[in-house]
Amino acid sequence: MSTAIAAPAAPPAEGLFSKKNRKLITDPLNDNNPITVQVLGICSALAITVKVSNALVMSISVLAVVVLGNMVISALRNLIPGRIRIIAQLVIAAGLVTLVDIVLKAYVYDVSKQVGVYVGLIITNCIIMGRFEAFAMGNKVGPSALDGFGNSLGYAWILVVVGVFRELFGNGSLLGMRIIPESWYATEGGFYFNNNMMILPPMALVIVGIIIWIQRSRNTKLIEQA
Amino acid sequence: MAFDKNSNQFTFIFATVLVVVVGTLLAVTYLGLKPNYDENVRREKMQNILASLKVEVDRDAAPATYDELIKETLLVDGDGIKQEGDAFSLDVLKQYKDWKAGVVKTEDLRYPVYLADLEGQKLFVLPMVGTGLWGPVWGYVALKNDGRTIYGSTFDHKGETPGLGAEISTPIFEDPFQGKTITDDQGNFKGITVYKGGSQTTDPHGVDGISGGTITSQGVDEMLKRLLAVYDKYLRTQVAAVAPAPVIATDTLTTDSIQLVVDTTQTASLITR
Repeated sequence: MSTAIAAPAAPPAEGLFSKKNRKLITDPLNDNNPITVQVLGICSALAITVKVSNALVMSISVLAVVVLGNMVISALRNLIPGRIRIIAQLVIAAGLVTLVDIVLKAYVYDVSKQVGVYVGLIITNCIIMGRFEAFAMGNKVGPSALDGFGNSLGYAWILVVVGVFRELFGNGSLLGMRIIPESWYATEGGFYFNNNMMILPPMALVIVGIIIWIQRSRNTKLIEQA
Repeated sequence: MAFDKNSNQFTFIFATVLVVVVGTLLAVTYLGLKPNYDENVRREKMQNILASLKVEVDRDAAPATYDELIKETLLVDGDGIKQEGDAFSLDVLKQYKDWKAGVVKTEDLRYPVYLADLEGQKLFVLPMVGTGLWGPVWGYVALKNDGRTIYGSTFDHKGETPGLGAEISTPIFEDPFQGKTITDDQGNFKGITVYKGGSQTTDPHGVDGISGGTITSQGVDEMLKRLLAVYDKYLRTQVAAVAPAPVIATDTLTTDSIQLVVDTTQTASLITR
């Protein structure tokens, strides 16, 4: 077992930050974004983006799980029997997620309470299984880590953008700080109302849809040939 | 590779080893960090009790402040009669779950009461526990020494939807409880009603719920009515002890009936004015 784990650690033929490997990070940000192009991880993107802070914590948790998980899977890729590989991936993903949950509870108790059930739901986040199966099973540890990192960033920026819109228009604040002055509100004699639609999950889907629209109009190679 | 990784034998071995390794890792981490977690929970409980008294302390300072302000803790039963036992260590959430599951009988339920002394003012802190959308919700309601006016309240939850049901733990939901009463002027028990979000209620026995957090709000409503009704029985014995004259029962009634007479005679002139 130890030889198989050690093997990928042997110096790679190309540098860790070669052009090809850099693409592993940049691709998921735009051309191959996990949410807007692969359309994975939508569930958590809808649920967790009411506040920017929640989106950030979720992103960091996913980042930790995908990067570590990719590395573990990649290290074990020559050992995992083909017939139970999905279950093996799931066990590793679930183990890492539970680990993240325990650590959050012990050290950043308040944060862990804020994100509540969603940390546990990272297990079912399709991005994780997607990266394990599509990338880590067939690549070395280094590139797998980069791939996990890139995809988490691609996931994170969409989450944060959606979170910014929803918190700003739904709550009038960003990261808990008030942006829209109290005096504007109708209850204080002003003209402004929070858009309660923004608080509800369907608006996240609409915002993700708008992001996809803008992305495709600018990046024409994403448009499928009819 | 020397072995066949797809053989049945290896598949079984791999699966077993993987599960045992992951399981061991989690168990060790959990046990290693459990003291941290338990201490967080204990201090958070103190923080929550203090928060209902509008005393905000950070987690590290909670135990000292708690010892300073909370003078007495006790348990009461469903009839409001004092019972033996330690109030702080009673896990009301576990008791509530056991009760729901039928393990604990209704007559065996115990209700903790924390008696606080805040700058000479005697306050009753009453733990609440109920069910939200995804899991349990709980909180503490502090009543003034008249046994009916809410001094402060705090709520929390295990896993309500962030931004929706989870908003019960924010001042937007908690603050309107202040000054609400759980009994009317005639002394009839009313509890606290949680209305639909945004209804801007003026009910002296009700507050606004959370828009988009209807099930959570309903859970809080149910919890407040159920538990305040129990505590009301206890509080009546306490308030009577503090102020022996049954103020609520007779005095208010007579003044009210007088008022009514006056009102009827004045109605006509009021309209013409």
